[in-house]
Amino acid sequence: MQTPLALLQPAHGAARRPGFIGWLLIAPLIAWLVAFVVIPALILLVYSFCQRDELGELVFSFSLENYWRVFGYVHDESGAFAWDPTYLQIFGRSLGCAGLTTILCVLIGYPVAWTLGRAPDSRRNLLLTLVMIPFWTSFLIRTYAWIIILSENGLLNGLLQYSRLISEPFPMLYTPGAVIVGLVYSYLPFMILPIYGSVEKLDNSIVEAALDLGAGPLQAFLNVILPLTRPGVLAGILLVFIPAMGMFAISDLMGGKRVPLIGNVIQDQFSGQARDWPFGSALGMSVVVLFSIAFWLGTRRQPES
Amino acid sequence: MVELRNVTKKFGNFHAIRGVDLNVRAGEFLTLLGPSGCGKTTLLRMISGFDAPTEGSVWLGGEDVTHLPPYRRNVNQVFQSYALFPHLTVEENIGFGLRMQKLPRLEIAGRVQSAIALVSLQGLEARKPGQLSGGQRQRVALARALICQPKVLLLDEPLSALDAKLRHQMQGELKRLQKMLGITFVFVTHDQEEALTMSDRIAVVNQGRIEQLGDSAAIYHAPQTAFVANFIGRANILEANAVGVEGGFIRLRIASGVEVLVPNPNPSPTTSRLVVSIRPEKIHLQSQRPTQENVFEAVVEEELFKGPTHQLEIKTASGLSLSVMAASQSIMQTAFHKGDRVWCAVHPNDIVILRAD
Ligand SMILES: Nc1ncnc2c1ncn2[C@@H]1O[C@H](COP(=O)(O)OP(=O)(O)O)[C@@H](O)[C@H]1O
Ligand SMILES: [Mg+2]
Repeated sequence: MQTPLALLQPAHGAARRPGFIGWLLIAPLIAWLVAFVVIPALILLVYSFCQRDELGELVFSFSLENYWRVFGYVHDESGAFAWDPTYLQIFGRSLGCAGLTTILCVLIGYPVAWTLGRAPDSRRNLLLTLVMIPFWTSFLIRTYAWIIILSENGLLNGLLQYSRLISEPFPMLYTPGAVIVGLVYSYLPFMILPIYGSVEKLDNSIVEAALDLGAGPLQAFLNVILPLTRPGVLAGILLVFIPAMGMFAISDLMGGKRVPLIGNVIQDQFSGQARDWPFGSALGMSVVVLFSIAFWLGTRRQPES
Repeated sequence: MVELRNVTKKFGNFHAIRGVDLNVRAGEFLTLLGPSGCGKTTLLRMISGFDAPTEGSVWLGGEDVTHLPPYRRNVNQVFQSYALFPHLTVEENIGFGLRMQKLPRLEIAGRVQSAIALVSLQGLEARKPGQLSGGQRQRVALARALICQPKVLLLDEPLSALDAKLRHQMQGELKRLQKMLGITFVFVTHDQEEALTMSDRIAVVNQGRIEQLGDSAAIYHAPQTAFVANFIGRANILEANAVGVEGGFIRLRIASGVEVLVPNPNPSPTTSRLVVSIRPEKIHLQSQRPTQENVFEAVVEEELFKGPTHQLEIKTASGLSLSVMAASQSIMQTAFHKGDRVWCAVHPNDIVILRAD
């Protein structure tokens, strides 16, 4: 089975070692990765084992304290461990939100991608453009548009009241639901496009062969279409789940302070009131480890190939 | 077994199929033969259920299936591109149809084994389609369709992707399988030789219509239209005037100095202006005037040596040009050369009066 990363590689290209020119061409990418990914990650790693003093300044002394806090153990006044799962809960909520967002994106995105991929060439470009149009406006403006739609005296409540379906404004903004709506809306194109790529490559006669051999539409989907478009779905899951897990702006704007996600907590440690860089680093590292595991699960080569 | 009744198919304003009636008999090998774009695939897709006719109906084994989806029809298709499932092994590809029927595992395994033996793919069970040659893929596609024991097997130019040698081998093998299993085959090709060698009957398709339906010999020796005469083999298509009836024959005047007798068909032609077809190999050349009927004189204009055959262009004094094909003589014997005067003889039965379109 193809892994999602295989989508990015030439289908039958033999693995070649890059020559001198090759190294020269990827040198900027490597420099970029080292400067902005590897070094910051190492700094984060070092910070996560440090402490801070009362003023919030960094103190270089090795301790596992920050990781204990992440997993819910804090020292109370007497110095003994106490159980406070606040951050685990936020972790859980973030996982739940990102997971639910990913599931909804698959459920909404797959049919859309299928329609796109099977549309006649003449209409396909128009439909693809429609998927991309949201990117033409700023992310913040789009999020504020949702706030206008969902707020207490916003468009949706107004419409529902006008049509007498409800008499009192229904609280929609600043709920977990609003956060999910915002996340799904923002990340849906990242699900649609890779699935579209897989669907478009799928030879129609293979689908017809399945129907010809007696598979009904559902059987054909489960036995042929889904396995053959799985690389696109997996790529979409990675592209949606990982950023949804780290997102803080949407939960901030659409969830208010009521639905903080792990991204909000981390942001608070670095630039907010909490000002605890070592703890923020430990939270950050935990997320990185989580992603690495998810990524490994998603891209691991299936034994069958 | 398969019946198309007055079937018409339109794509937008384009008439792909125009009022086709076709009755495929149980157990026969019927070939749809025609040039690219004439509507062969569209006809097959209406039988398998991937396209619905705009008008008319499709019948399978006496049942109207016009509105049944493909997975409810007891027909199977071998696709032109094979359309194997790339993520499944040979074995899984072949067993796919039986798994869809939810048969017991043991039965599936047994039938897959015999299907693999039937098409001689032993040893390749665990390969993926990507690891097979063109001929092997072809066999997988065949086994995958046959294992479902369809009433009718549809084959859309199944051999066109194979090289000449493999194609000949597969032609024989397909024919053998069809005889052995007694399944009705509807076979599509644009290759006239393939059609002539394999078919019980051939339906010649042109521009969405069936021009002629008959066995290989009838299609070759008694083409009914200029299209059929030209598409299957080569033919001299000539205009002629009926100038009289002599016994069971009509006297035809093709050009001045070229008058021939042809058997008077039943029913007799209603007009005196007719179109006839004469195959190049049915014109016999001699250096002396033969004694039989249907002879005329001509001059060799061009000669082309083609190995087993010798192809000549000849012209009569009145300007009528004809193609002639003769078996190559041995190097010692006299052949005809450019500029030679020759006598041409054509047997009356070898002149075919065509249907006017
Ligand atoms: N889905 C379609 N839409 C429009 N035109 C089509 C479609 N399928 C086939 N045609 C047209 O119908 C004609 C017959 O096609 P086809 O049956 O595939 O021919 P063949 O198999 O004999 O080469 C062609 O001119 C083709 O362009
Ligand atoms: Mg075709």
